[in-house]
Parts: sequence; C-alpha cells; structure tokens
Amino acid sequence: MAVKVLIPPPLRPHAGGQVAAEFSARNVAEALGQLTSEFEDLKRHLFTEEGRLRSFVNVYVNGEDIRYLAQEKTPTKDGDTINIIPSIAGGKP
Amino acid sequence: MATKVQTTAGVKATENLTNEEILRYSRHLIMPEVGMEGQLKLKKARVLLIGTGGLGAPLGLYLAAAGVGKLGLVDFDVVDFTNLQRQVTFGTSDVGKPKSEAARARLSDLNPDIQVQAFEAKLTSENALELFRDFDIIVDGTDNFPTRYLVNDACVLLGKPNVYGSIFRFEGQVTIFGMPGGPCYRCLYPEPPPPGLVPSCAEGGVLGVLPGIVGSIQAMETIKLILGSGRNLTGRLLLFDALEMGFREFRLRKNPKCPMCGEHRTIDKLIDYYEFCGVRGEEAPAPDLKVPEITPRELKARLDRGEDLLILDVREPHEYQICNLRGHLIPLGELPRRVHELDSSREIVAHCRSGKRSAEAVDFLRKAGFRKILNLKGGILAWSDEVDASVPKY
Repeated sequence: MAVKVLIPPPLRPHAGGQVAAEFSARNVAEALGQLTSEFEDLKRHLFTEEGRLRSFVNVYVNGEDIRYLAQEKTPTKDGDTINIIPSIAGGKP
Repeated sequence: MATKVQTTAGVKATENLTNEEILRYSRHLIMPEVGMEGQLKLKKARVLLIGTGGLGAPLGLYLAAAGVGKLGLVDFDVVDFTNLQRQVTFGTSDVGKPKSEAARARLSDLNPDIQVQAFEAKLTSENALELFRDFDIIVDGTDNFPTRYLVNDACVLLGKPNVYGSIFRFEGQVTIFGMPGGPCYRCLYPEPPPPGLVPSCAEGGVLGVLPGIVGSIQAMETIKLILGSGRNLTGRLLLFDALEMGFREFRLRKNPKCPMCGEHRTIDKLIDYYEFCGVRGEEAPAPDLKVPEITPRELKARLDRGEDLLILDVREPHEYQICNLRGHLIPLGELPRRVHELDSSREIVAHCRSGKRSAEAVDFLRKAGFRKILNLKGGILAWSDEVDASVPKY
C-alpha cells in the first residue's frame, strides 16, 4: 500500500533533499511516523515536543485539509498523496 | 469635422477616460471582459501594496500599467545591491534610495495618469488601520510573519480583501483572504512558526523569477477582484512549484473557531505581532542563543600564532564554493549524524555566513558534550569586514 508523501521545499534539506517519499501506511499518522523515523531531523519541524502536529504545518490528503477529515487518523490508501504545507513568509527582501 | 464628431462621441461614451488613456488601454478596451466599464473600474480602484520588493515589483508594474487609479506603496527599506536580482522595479542607480520612493518614481514614469503614493514607513499596529482605510484592496507582498498576521487582522477588521502571496526558494503560495464568508490567514495557519525554525529568503535564498511569477498571479487576482470577473482564489490555496513546474490546489476552509473571523471573535483589535510571533526586537527573527563566541580578529590572531584550532563550517556546500575559511564542512542539517567526524578534545570554532546557524551548531554540540567550542561572531560576513576584505560577501 504505497502512499506518497510530498516534501515541501523548506523541509527538503531535513529530508536528504528528497522531493517525495513513499510508504505503506493505513493513515496519516503512520505515514508521517515513517517519514520522521527515516529523517529524524524532520521531526522537530513537523511535531511539537508533545508529539502534536505543529499548527503552522498543514497536512492534506488528496488536496483536503486533514483538520476537516479525521486529523492524523485520516485513513490513507494505495495511490493517495499526502501534502505537507508549512507556512512560508517570504516575498519582500 | 468627422474627427471632431468622433472626439465628442468618444468623450460622451468614456466619461472619465481621455483619448490618450483610450489609446493606452486599447488592448483592454477591445476585450469584452474588460471594455470601457472595466477600465473605468480599474481607474476608480485603490490598491495598497505592502512591500515593494520581489512580489511588489511585478505587482506594482502590472497594476500601474493596467491603469489602477490609485496605488499605495508601503515600504521602509532602502534598495540594496542584492535586491536587483529579482526586484525588477529598481535599477542599479536606485541602490541606496528608499524603496517606496524609487518604486513610486518608476511606476509614475510607467503610467503618469495614475496616482502613486509612497509611504516610507514600517507597517505597524498603530498605523495599519488608518493606512488601509483609503484603499479597497490590500496586497500582501511582505517578507515576515508578524507583518502577515498584522495585514490579515487589519483586513478582517476593516472587511477588505487581502491578496496574499508568499515565496520560498522554488515554491510559492497564493490565495485571497478576507472575502465575505471566506477564510482568513489565521484559518489557514492559526500560529506562526517559532523564530528560527523556518529560514527567511535572506538565509534560504530565492530564485529571482519566482516572485515575478507569484506577484504576477497576485496582480491578476487583484485585477479580477476589481473587474468582478472570473473565479477568484478565495477558498483555494494555489501552490506553485517552479522546480517541478506545476500548480497544485488545496481547499481552504473558513475555520468556524478562528479567533479572528470565526463565529466568536476573540481578537477585536490589532495586537503586538512581534510578541505574537515570538520575535524579540524587530529585526532579529532568530532567537538569541547564548553561546561562547570569538571575534574574527581574535580568531585571526590565534591562527597566526599557529594554535591548533579546527574551523567548522556549517553552511551548505554551494555556499562553501562562494567563499570559505578552509574549514571542515558539515552543513547544520547534517551535523547530528556526522558529529562523529569531530574530535571533542580539539578546540573548535564554528562559523556560517552571519553567525546564526553556527550558534545553533555550537548549542547543539555543547549539548552533545563538546566543551571547547566557540562561535565565530558575525560569521564570514564579519570576517570579510574585519579581517580579510578579499573574502566576498553574499
């Protein structure tokens, strides 16, 4: 069951420069868990010390915000795409 | 005679457009989607640009060229040499001038028929509401989280649309916040990242064309809002990936519990956004890590004495290629898994470009048990200033 996790440019340096990674996962928590165990440095960027998903990191499954689905328990199936979209502020400088 | 009749008829039909304007906007006027009615809407529109930098450049140029009647430009910064790679409003002769004024001069030259107002000021909780009141649409082309939350909150409080765009390296985000019934920035991101966790453009870099594309999309959405045509980006976050060359779209929902635009608003006035974003001091987005330091001059003196010091460069390999102090290169992100390459019995001086990343490295290594480790104060920039001017600054 391959679920594709797309890694956004700001986090790629913490994921060995990779654009995407594939995992077999039944839900978002499993996919992100595997991602952060593969790239340990990503963990502090995605999760708080208490292990909660950070509020400036949005996660989408097939284009839909998991906040309006089942949060990290949102089920995933073969062929699904998980997008991680952190807030970025750049523009002027 | 025929000419005269034409002119008269022209004046009657156009109301406020002069013949010169009709000629200037002819490619708009012959489109039924714009036409005379749309062009007059553009002429009556008042748009405020927050930031006249990378995003502000295409925004200002296209909105001025399109004939938006009143453009406000808010920027407190001056044109810097490193801006010219992407901020195409400015020329080399503008370096050192205030951005808002340099942009005003350029846009007025592009279109003398419009009113361009420069506000050489920092947008603050004290001046934002007053500044926004005279404009119909606010366009956010700023570069930092405190100002983005400030722009959002002021727009929601005044009920004005906020055409949002932001960029990082190869990626851009665009949407419209603050529309009636639509989400606001806080619905998308309730809280900003803690300082230092997300690199700024100054640290992370940005490909010059990227703000050109993202700012142009913002300009297009602004014009569509003015014309009232098409389907705008309200409720949709458009993500642009220049490397993969593609757009993705994400549904943006209004958060019913949003403290700003939700059913039970808990924020009813502008707050201290630097405090909200955890930034101490306006221009210090990075946390002040207290680590032992060495100045470039001290380091030079000790190296000249032949002391055994290991220089640890925690920048990225491509930065090492620009200039280096012949240090051992371990990028900050790789430090945790490459820490074994370092001998903790030797004295180590860590450095980066400005001293920020290396402070994190020193902090990390101290926690890992290293005792003889110092941070090069001010990084390679200070080294260039104080020790060796032949080392280029970037």
